[in-house]
Amino acid sequence: MKELTIAMPKGRIFEEAVVMLKRAGYKLPPEFDDSRKLIIDVPEEKLRFILAKPMDVPTYVEHGVADLGIAGKDVMLEEERDVYELLDLEISRCYLAVAGLPNTTMNEVAPKIATKYPNVASSYFREQGEQVEIIKLNGSIEIAPIIGLTDRIVDIVSTGRTLKENGLVEYEHIVDITSRLIVNPVSYRIKHQRIQEMVDRLDEVISKETIR
Amino acid sequence: MSDLFMFEKPMGMRDTFPHLYKMKKQIRSQVESEMVAWGYEFLETPTLEYDETVGEASAILDQQLFKLLDQQGRTLVLRPDMTAPIARVAASKLLKDRNPLRLAYSANVFRAQQREGGRPAEFEQMGVELIGDSSVSGDAETIALLITSLRTVGLKDFTISIGHMEFVQELFLQIVGTEERAQQLKKYLYDKNYVGYRKHVESLSLSSIDKQRLLRLLAIRGNGDSIEDARGLLEGDKGTEPLSELEELLSILHDYGLDQYVTIDISLVSHMSYYTGVLFEVYADKVGYSLGNGGRYNHLLHKFGAHVAATGFGIRLDYLIEALSPEAELSETILVLFSAERRKDAIALTHKLRTEGKQVISQDVTGVRDMDRFTAQFTEVEWMVGRSGKAGGNE
Repeated sequence: MKELTIAMPKGRIFEEAVVMLKRAGYKLPPEFDDSRKLIIDVPEEKLRFILAKPMDVPTYVEHGVADLGIAGKDVMLEEERDVYELLDLEISRCYLAVAGLPNTTMNEVAPKIATKYPNVASSYFREQGEQVEIIKLNGSIEIAPIIGLTDRIVDIVSTGRTLKENGLVEYEHIVDITSRLIVNPVSYRIKHQRIQEMVDRLDEVISKETIR
Repeated sequence: MSDLFMFEKPMGMRDTFPHLYKMKKQIRSQVESEMVAWGYEFLETPTLEYDETVGEASAILDQQLFKLLDQQGRTLVLRPDMTAPIARVAASKLLKDRNPLRLAYSANVFRAQQREGGRPAEFEQMGVELIGDSSVSGDAETIALLITSLRTVGLKDFTISIGHMEFVQELFLQIVGTEERAQQLKKYLYDKNYVGYRKHVESLSLSSIDKQRLLRLLAIRGNGDSIEDARGLLEGDKGTEPLSELEELLSILHDYGLDQYVTIDISLVSHMSYYTGVLFEVYADKVGYSLGNGGRYNHLLHKFGAHVAATGFGIRLDYLIEALSPEAELSETILVLFSAERRKDAIALTHKLRTEGKQVISQDVTGVRDMDRFTAQFTEVEWMVGRSGKAGGNE
């Protein structure tokens, strides 16, 4: 049986993904969730986990140093990596939205957008027939319109609380986001049996959840 | 713009150091002899071509092309693959003398990296084109040659996924009706976005039976029943021809004794409409990218005015070397160190060794600064120092 390497996103998605893998019958050690290690081997399951920044997961998978990965659709849209998107895990549900200060319009000459997702934001506004200038930020995007850096932001919204607490309102809903199981194209062929087995087991967990 | 440092190279451009050069040369010559043994003739084409002809005809995306202007302001491209230039040569000249035509190449091709490094922008590709033969035997021959070439260089753990563009096209047309909607589905497959494909299928206004047919396509894979399963997706006889071709292909590969290396992957598609029939990709353990690919491209030659069918493949030499990961060996070169008094003897000895086919460096001792470090790189060192006639030739 060939070993599988799985790239996992650190943070919010990680915990939900671990619960899901456990439900699918994978025996992961109890201290798995709160380990600070970046590489965790689970020899009894022949699995190796690497913990990466969410935005980097598709990169590891594309280059084949990880066979599989768990990545948000937001990251997939932004990164456009050459990997298989096999399964919608239906966890970490949220959406990408355009937000800004209430009752404002965008600057007519050079509307500016702050975002962690320059690729997604620019193609969204292009589709809307609007030419905007994108300013890339790495976090706390909500500050940008408040202090006058940009007219709007494009960011992830899950409950809407962060927007509300910072006095911002949602203007447009871009796309719904959930986490996906992604696979390297070579691994998908060479280690097909193991990967397909994992897909089937996870798929079973997902369909059980949806019925409930 | 800041000044460039001496060591900088354009993104994706790499040096080939001596040990890698040696490995590449060895692998190239092994693959080359195999291709020649199958009657394929090697040729070379220019590095620069017109964008309007070869650039347009190439299967490589426009944004990956290196473009430049000539003195007349025409756009040129650094060749992004060898198939389009060979199609140009074949259509305009070589096909007149022989048809079917078997050609082979080993050449550097250029593909610009759009975002980041990690992948070379110039790399060597080896491959063959079988032009003018539309038979399934032709497809089988190229795949068999691909497999034997990989085996010749010692690659073991590899697999070739085979699909058929026409089957997917026909199935989609049967179910969704229009070319445009079929394209949409094909794009999801090409993007490897199975989640998107499933969601798109669910959103279409089709009967649940038709939806199931589309969804089952993703699960069909492997040699056993996959062609039968694929046949089950079709209604009526239309579209079964590609499947019969695949069956025939597998049985020919069985006759070659090579069918254990191939897997049917019915949902394999290429972007745009470059490939027209059988298509395949090579995957090997240890390398995250496909080693090579190929297939039937019956429309390409039409762009150059010849109405003939063609098939072929290309292997990436850099990824092949990565997959083989051959061990670096110590230099087999013999070092002859001489001083001025025995220079004549040294020349004679060197000449003798070289005619025996050995690799020999002759080096004047006064030219070496750190003798220990220099000699440590060689397994065999001949000292020819001191007065001639005296003993001590081998210290």
